Amino acid sequence: MNLHNAKKTALPIMNLVRMQGVPILDQLHLEERLLRSDFKNWCILNVGTPQPTIVMGVSGKPSELINIKSVIYNQVPVIRRFTGGGTVIVDKETIFVTLICSRQAVPLLNLYPQPIMSWTGTLYHDALSDFGKFQLRENDYVFNNLKFGGNAQSITKNRWIHHTSFLWDYDVKNMDYLKHPPRSPKYRLERSHEEFLCKMKDFVPSKLIFIEKTLNSLQKHFVLQPIQADDINALNIPYAPSSRLLTKEELEKELLSTTA
Amino acid sequence: MASRVLWASRAASYLRISTFNRAFSTVLKDLKYNDTHEWVKVDGDSATVGITDHAQDHLGDVVYVELPEVGSTVAQGANFGAVESVKATSDIISPVSGEIVEVNDELSNSPGLVNASPYENGWIIKVKLNDAAELDSLMDFEKYTKFCEEEDAKH
Repeated sequence: MNLHNAKKTALPIMNLVRMQGVPILDQLHLEERLLRSDFKNWCILNVGTPQPTIVMGVSGKPSELINIKSVIYNQVPVIRRFTGGGTVIVDKETIFVTLICSRQAVPLLNLYPQPIMSWTGTLYHDALSDFGKFQLRENDYVFNNLKFGGNAQSITKNRWIHHTSFLWDYDVKNMDYLKHPPRSPKYRLERSHEEFLCKMKDFVPSKLIFIEKTLNSLQKHFVLQPIQADDINALNIPYAPSSRLLTKEELEKELLSTTA
Repeated sequence: MASRVLWASRAASYLRISTFNRAFSTVLKDLKYNDTHEWVKVDGDSATVGITDHAQDHLGDVVYVELPEVGSTVAQGANFGAVESVKATSDIISPVSGEIVEVNDELSNSPGLVNASPYENGWIIKVKLNDAAELDSLMDFEKYTKFCEEEDAKH
């Protein structure tokens, strides 16, 4: 093969980290450090987080988004993450897939929310269209108009992150911790959580098949280079991440401010 | 029709705005611009900073603006805050260096001002400039207009 041509068509490298059961707060801290203080492309896969956890976007107001009394009573952790977007409740049956890329990673991609969202839609369409009528619908991944993947992004000068929580399975009772959000997509049409969501396990044969299909789709755009999670810690990336657990006092204060 | 076009272009000239078919965004003639779509209006050693019409159009509806603290410093090319739109936070990059002397607190209640009035009521910070020479590295309205056209054509 002509070396010049090989170099021209060479795909960029993407480091691939596969994790199992890492707490979502630790995952978010890792992601923010890699986005802000590293220059390489990353795919982070994490299958499950140990306990049910509510994760709000950067501007989320607990009083608008969660049923604070029952959250406090049942000691459900609430995290405010560094990316935009809505509120999810995640647990050991959630699969997390995160992409962190530099500007040049995807040729001609304009670093704005909609183009990035649209590009990921084609990625997951490639991976999932064999299993159901997959669509990117107003920033959500859906099968037959039922949401199974929620997305959020953060865009810096020359890098972006797009992370998704995929509902492999979920406990319907946990959805009761979440209110119907003030800003919801039009296609939701006032549906309750139960009527609006679906479980991936009802469409895709196994978690492993979903992951392998996603990685196959990614490999059309990147050369995946597996990295051990321990090796990332060794990189010693100095950055103070902003995603954090809300304290009980903060939640109680929010509750008081709404009942006052 | 011709007289309406003539009136519109005279009005545009009076208002110091450059207008095109809505395929292109509004660019004001007396501002300077960086390549991440922020604008700066200079008045002596003071500057007002915001994001451009091109930026707000591409970002979508802004639902939250993360504002810096008054008294903190900004550096040219570094981020000082963020806007949230759709599902994304997007960094705001300062076109100038200096001390932040005022932030637009209105944006806390009305983040949509960034969309509705990016060059006026949607201003984000006011800065006491460190180094006026930094302005030389910014684009004027003609260069910025061309920059936006080229960027949109590429993607």
